[in-house]
Amino acid sequence: MSLDAGSYRRLAVEGLWRNNPGMVQLLGLCPLLAVTNSVVNGLGLGLATLLVLTGSNLTVSLARRWLRPEIRIPAFVLIIASLVTAVELAMNAWFHELYRVLGIFIPLIVTNCAIIGRAEAFASRQPVLPAILDGLMMGLGFLLVLVILGGLREILGNGSLLAGADMMFGEAGAGLVLRFFDSNKGLLLAVLPPGAFIGLGLLIAAKNAIDGRRASQAAQQPHSPSLATGTGQA
Amino acid sequence: MAMSVEPSPDTSATRSAARGALMLGLFAALGATLVGTTYQLTRERIADNQARRLQQTLHEILPPGAHDNPLHEDIVSVSDAALGSADGQSLIYRARKNGSPVAAILEVTAPDGYSGAIRMLVGIYTSGELAGVRVLEHRETPGLGDGIERARSDWIEGFSGKSLDNPTPDAWAVKRDGGAFDQFTGATITPRAVVTAVRNALIYFRGHQAEIFAPRASQS
Repeated sequence: MSLDAGSYRRLAVEGLWRNNPGMVQLLGLCPLLAVTNSVVNGLGLGLATLLVLTGSNLTVSLARRWLRPEIRIPAFVLIIASLVTAVELAMNAWFHELYRVLGIFIPLIVTNCAIIGRAEAFASRQPVLPAILDGLMMGLGFLLVLVILGGLREILGNGSLLAGADMMFGEAGAGLVLRFFDSNKGLLLAVLPPGAFIGLGLLIAAKNAIDGRRASQAAQQPHSPSLATGTGQA
Repeated sequence: MAMSVEPSPDTSATRSAARGALMLGLFAALGATLVGTTYQLTRERIADNQARRLQQTLHEILPPGAHDNPLHEDIVSVSDAALGSADGQSLIYRARKNGSPVAAILEVTAPDGYSGAIRMLVGIYTSGELAGVRVLEHRETPGLGDGIERARSDWIEGFSGKSLDNPTPDAWAVKRDGGAFDQFTGATITPRAVVTAVRNALIYFRGHQAEIFAPRASQS
């Protein structure tokens, strides 16, 4: 059951970078593209997804001995759907404004293939601890993409950052809002749906460029003992 | 087991299916318990949130001092095409002071927004003057049509104080159509839909005022 530091690190690198659900697996694109018109929306949906993903990985891993192959898919669906419904009710109760903004995309977390994908590919074959860590890291990777894309689109389209923070952090959150220019002067394209596709495309391109540069650096020094460059290539 | 007969493939398949079904049933029961518990824990808070939000919106249209009855409880439900709701039912919140009618806040739907229906609340004093208008729900284009939101622009405030005599009924249109109301740059359809819906609500209110305030089927 115990995990050494190396496998912790590997799980983290997988979720946050190498196998990021938003930028590499390209799973859960529907909510990813739809709600990322501001940081707060991205953060809200990202946290909800993170919670569901970790919870479902934990439950699936705990139950993996009883999940025989022929019933595993419906069982995954049951687990994920119950968790999502519970999270949805909790958000409605404690983050009512944010719940109203995110609307249909909270129940739609059920259909985020990243979650059932991790249950099937990882949690159903792994002990509890790695399964939780995998859920956390994959969820965090997804959340980061949502927040970065939301930030880009919000700055370009609205001239603000963290607008609506009070929906999440209460009255004190209103002080967090940064305004760079008047929202009427924003680049409208950025907050419209095409802006989401273009923004995600740019993010993926940037990630590939970084990976490419690392790979070519590693190729130039073939006998480099460095660990850091070694993880960059698959 | 020693004297057992080989189970026929049929029974073993049945047994396996039954075990699978049992497991699934167990998971379903666990899931239902989780959802049920969360529902019980959050139910009151959610109802509270919804009531508070409704009250907030109602009070944006009609200040709390203007009436002394609980607005969100003094409700009638009417069905009239002029109010435009898809299911034919529109709620009307009635404001009274010392028992006599002050104003009504009507749920109005403009069916002809740029991308679908626009749901709003229209508050009208008994004199026929508008107390205020607020948009509850819309899917208009961000940056163009969403100027009807109070958070985006103060265009919607322009309705306060207007009535069917001010401007005259034929001027109840956007400027592009020869009326008295501003449209937005790049968006005419959205304000046109809102202006028309507000005018229809005013006409409906003028024709049905007595009915609206009649004390039928409500808690007051």
